[in-house]
Amino acid sequence: MASVFEYAPAPESRAIADIAPSYGLFIDGEFVEAADGKVFKTVSPSTEEVLSEVARAGSEDVDRAVKAARRAFEKWSALPGAERAKYLFRIARIIQERSRELAVLETLDNGKPIKETRDADLPLVAAHFFYYAGWADKLDHAGYGANPRPLGVAGQVIPWNFPLLMLAWKIAPALATGNTVVLKPAETTPLSALFFADICRQAGLPKGVVNILPGYGDAGAALVSHPEVNKVAFTGSTAVGKEIARTVAGTRKKVTLELGGKGANIVFDDAPIDQAVEGIVNGIFFNQGQVCCAGSRLLVQESIQEELLDSLKRRLSTLRLGDPLDKNTDIGAINSEEQLTRITSLVEQGEAEGAERWSPACELPESGYWFAPTLFTNVTQAHTVARDEIFGPVLSVLTFRTPDEAVAKANNTPYGLSAGIWTEKGSRILAVANKLRAGVVWSNTFNKFDPTSPFGGYKESGFGREGGRHGLEAYLDV
Amino acid sequence: MSDARLSVFKTYKLYVGGKFPRSESGRVYEVTDSKGKWLANAPLSSRKDARDAVVAARKAFGGWSGATAYNRGQVLYRVAEMLEGRRDQFVREVADAEGLSKSKAAAVVDATIDRWVWYAGWTDKIAQVVGGGNPVAGPFFNLSSPEPTGVVAVLAPQESSFLGLVSVLAPVIATGNTAVVVASENAPLPALSLAEVLATSDVPGGVVNVLSGRTAEIAAPLAAHQDVNAIDLAGADEVLAKELEIAAADNLKRVLRPQPVDYTQTPGTDRMTAFLETKTVWHPTGSLGASGSSY
Repeated sequence: MASVFEYAPAPESRAIADIAPSYGLFIDGEFVEAADGKVFKTVSPSTEEVLSEVARAGSEDVDRAVKAARRAFEKWSALPGAERAKYLFRIARIIQERSRELAVLETLDNGKPIKETRDADLPLVAAHFFYYAGWADKLDHAGYGANPRPLGVAGQVIPWNFPLLMLAWKIAPALATGNTVVLKPAETTPLSALFFADICRQAGLPKGVVNILPGYGDAGAALVSHPEVNKVAFTGSTAVGKEIARTVAGTRKKVTLELGGKGANIVFDDAPIDQAVEGIVNGIFFNQGQVCCAGSRLLVQESIQEELLDSLKRRLSTLRLGDPLDKNTDIGAINSEEQLTRITSLVEQGEAEGAERWSPACELPESGYWFAPTLFTNVTQAHTVARDEIFGPVLSVLTFRTPDEAVAKANNTPYGLSAGIWTEKGSRILAVANKLRAGVVWSNTFNKFDPTSPFGGYKESGFGREGGRHGLEAYLDV
Repeated sequence: MSDARLSVFKTYKLYVGGKFPRSESGRVYEVTDSKGKWLANAPLSSRKDARDAVVAARKAFGGWSGATAYNRGQVLYRVAEMLEGRRDQFVREVADAEGLSKSKAAAVVDATIDRWVWYAGWTDKIAQVVGGGNPVAGPFFNLSSPEPTGVVAVLAPQESSFLGLVSVLAPVIATGNTAVVVASENAPLPALSLAEVLATSDVPGGVVNVLSGRTAEIAAPLAAHQDVNAIDLAGADEVLAKELEIAAADNLKRVLRPQPVDYTQTPGTDRMTAFLETKTVWHPTGSLGASGSSY
């Protein structure tokens, strides 16, 4: 479809994010080099430009960081909750103050549109710290008995899709409950966590309470298996999650895993089509579909399939893909070459297995990692694109005739993280929601997040909940 | 030379609907420190001032109760930030009002600031502690949620002019109520100065209204007012409290009776729940047939 409107470029200034040429590990309140001196480069996925060179943590560094966190634990956990709360409130406020800087930084390092980092990631990050700040002196009221105790040192490994938000989900409840933290950001997106280290400094957080170790999977594995780590929190792939579950077997470590998903977005024939289309687009193209709770399977009632797909295709033709720093951009870059390769290969497999592939006319930039929004129709439940988590801007469309069939198909997956229901009928929403084996069910909306609301999966999407009152349990000895 | 300079006195005024009026009656009364030294002339509020304050509080209720809990938390936290900036002023005023040493007054002010922070954190948690889903024996979704009761008249404690005041005011507005506060009769100045903090803290006008004067004189029309939903009698003595509770029965106001409270201790949730209604919503869940999902 020819573009109706031409947009002038509206780039956000990147000058606000002052990225140093190199960064160290953040251990015991100091930036230090890795013990073995190793470094790695972090690139902007939209341009492949090297943004900075970052120290790469190894097992010796993990040990140093865990020991620093252990030393800090005694005092930190003994602080009155009201004092811990004030540290977290400070952090929340500084994040709000520096949110544009952090949004630009995140967009540069991750490749996602500035519209999302500015309007979704950063407000949620600050809100998460605010929310858990308030719990720090109210743990007696949280429903876990009087004076619940922290676990100790939390080893936390986070993914690259929402770097700072995942950091907030991990660190805020850990600190509020009195634990200390060693956190490993993903190797493709280490920068915002390192900027967060600076925020800890500004907030006057005691040294050793938060330690940040940029690195690869080997550092994550060393952290998870470290004998002095009392709590393991991981967000990432189901394969790695299972590996972690094996690693901690037989120990006393408390574990929460937030893993993959293959969320079903179910559209009934009475759904408001335009709203549903917006929800479908948001469900699978938010953050280029690199979202564990993405609505990557569209289950549409057969009678409205044609109408819905026409609307959906028309809407996809208006999505703007390109410079993530441009305020008009809807679809940014894929986070890494590795992820792009994975998406590409799964999509090719989908075509080879007989599903019908469609994308709007969409010009991809020459450098960087890009993938056009993609739809698959004529998809069956046996197809790889209906079963495997693609973690990219790829939607598989299936159909159903009855609510029972919709539920059966929605649940026909080893995952169980999210689902969406679109219908005007309230009782149907609740009946279907009751039957869905998923940790989060969105009705007539999708991809809504709030610090007060618990998030997490059934089945192989992991266990434990993050957010809300429930999110405290993962960090308490209860 | 500072010794030679004559200081500028502050005219203490009421706080009603986000503005700082004098009493419509034109009356003031002398406020002294614990040793009898003159501090200021405070407005001596009339029943008309009380009624004006109720109108302002009612007008503000829709917006404040309709704001997200997160937003209210942000605003209350902002109050703590502003108070911290005016710490010295309040230490002076509390020391004068309550006859405390500077260091004891400082401890009171610090505790007061922390009390705002405590309640700022409650705005988006109280529903998670006192509300929840109910497993009714039928195909229904059933959810109970707390909601603010409306306009709350607050008779601030007489002795604890600042920590006590904030300890009774903050829980009322944290949950979305709006308040008409009657300041400590003999020590109203910290309350009137707090109004200046509220006015510069993103608290919408009318959410908190502060009156100074004779507690018994102002409380009577508030307790009898048909557009007041609840009254906290913390600052009333036993005889007055009983009279007011009787008057409050006319429209079945929620009444929090005076009780001995150690305001230096971390509070519970009772001052919030006293001014909350519980709303329970039923909705049919329909049925997809008896069989559970087999996955």
